Amino acid sequence: MRKKMFVEVAANFYTNGVIIPFLIKWKDGTVYEIDRVLEMRKAASLKAGGVGTRYTIRVKGSITYLFYEEPKWFVEAKV
Amino acid sequence: MNRIILHSDMNNFYANVECLYNPSLRNKPIAVAGDPKIRHGIVLAKNDLAKQYGVQTGEPLWMAEQKCKEIVFVPPHYERYFLFSRMAQEIYSRYTDQVEPFGLDECWLDVSGSIGLFGSGKTIADKIRRQIKDELGITASIGVSYNKIFAKLGSDMRKPDATTVIAPNSIREKIWPLPAGDLLFVGQATRRKLSRYYINTIGDLARTDPQLLVRLLGINGDKLWRFANGMDISPVSQYGTKTWIKSIGNSTTTPRDLESEEEVKIILYALCEKVSARLRKHCLSCETVQLSVRDQNFIFYERQGKFDYPSCATDSIFNLALKLYRQNFSKVLIRSLGVRACRLAIQEQEQLSLLPEVPKMQKREQLDKTIDWLRSRYGYFAIQRGIMLMDKSLAYLSQQSPSPIYPGSFFKQGS
Repeated sequence: MRKKMFVEVAANFYTNGVIIPFLIKWKDGTVYEIDRVLEMRKAASLKAGGVGTRYTIRVKGSITYLFYEEPKWFVEAKV
Repeated sequence: MNRIILHSDMNNFYANVECLYNPSLRNKPIAVAGDPKIRHGIVLAKNDLAKQYGVQTGEPLWMAEQKCKEIVFVPPHYERYFLFSRMAQEIYSRYTDQVEPFGLDECWLDVSGSIGLFGSGKTIADKIRRQIKDELGITASIGVSYNKIFAKLGSDMRKPDATTVIAPNSIREKIWPLPAGDLLFVGQATRRKLSRYYINTIGDLARTDPQLLVRLLGINGDKLWRFANGMDISPVSQYGTKTWIKSIGNSTTTPRDLESEEEVKIILYALCEKVSARLRKHCLSCETVQLSVRDQNFIFYERQGKFDYPSCATDSIFNLALKLYRQNFSKVLIRSLGVRACRLAIQEQEQLSLLPEVPKMQKREQLDKTIDWLRSRYGYFAIQRGIMLMDKSLAYLSQQSPSPIYPGSFFKQGS
């Protein structure tokens, strides 16, 4: 079971319009560095409910999704 | 060479969008429903599970609950439906520039020029379905054929999430056995008329003498005969083409039956302000005003009145609508009211006049434009008529909600 959790994100906004996130701040204040963005595409989140740009990211060795549902960012958090 | 037309229909559109945003609803029978507190309590859309219980669009909520005790009602989120409709059109436009929406959830695409790039009609349809599923999280059924009518019939044949191809040589076995009522623009009245002459299937319609159909149904008889025989040649319009507006109207079901003229005036002003503001936004004036009324027994009436000079002033439209009410409905208890501006004319092309009424009307229109500007800048309630303060529960009705988009007329293309 997953739920939609909005998170704070730090990202680079490039001149060609591409947005690449590099930090995620969790609700409890913990900051996670994004090691690498592996893929970026439009997708729906069937687990948490929402649509937007889906970033497949690697954080501390594990792969997860980060969604940009304009103007907010969310993750599919474990319940 | 035959054209390749696709018709995409997003399955249970409103209900599936709601399920996407609330995954816990996915395995439950749900219906998107209006608010029963303000007497908008009808089923607007339902998902497949609710459909299995026989729940139907348009029926009151108590009836849906009787059929399915576990049904979950969710309120509509129109802004989400507009967003999804736009995103789907963006997917379609990756394959062709001929994308013609039909309501929010349906679209025709002409991909005749794209098969060299993207593969056959079926391949394109399958790609579009997969992308809608991945990117929007909902499903679509797509019909592939050589005209718009059969493509639409194809998208209705298999649901959900399927592609149906109707080739020219398969219409006898795939299309002709279908009931005549499945054909676009064969409504209940036409179906009843046809069945009196034992025309029950699309095949019956195709084999009937077109002259008999013209005698029966007027000019549409010939069109339906052409549709049934696969002779529809109407084009799919370009993406983003603005369709010609034929009328602008708004209606509302009131929170309680309207008894006095004062109450009717409040609703009429609210509706006329909305209609006239939309007219002004499109730089249009109207020659005719139509008032529609549903009484407490759900009986529906419509009456029309004509202006001497085309107008888009709120007061002119209101006065004519009120006159129609006084002439026809002053003794009935009213459940819902609607005002429609018809016979529209472009303001720039209006005939100039030296008669004193016209400058007076132009002054009123100027005042209305100022009000529109104030509202666009400071919000709808920044400026109001005094009568609106008499009963706020009536006056605040649906001013903020978007005007829904209904499927336009197919015949506008002049097929």
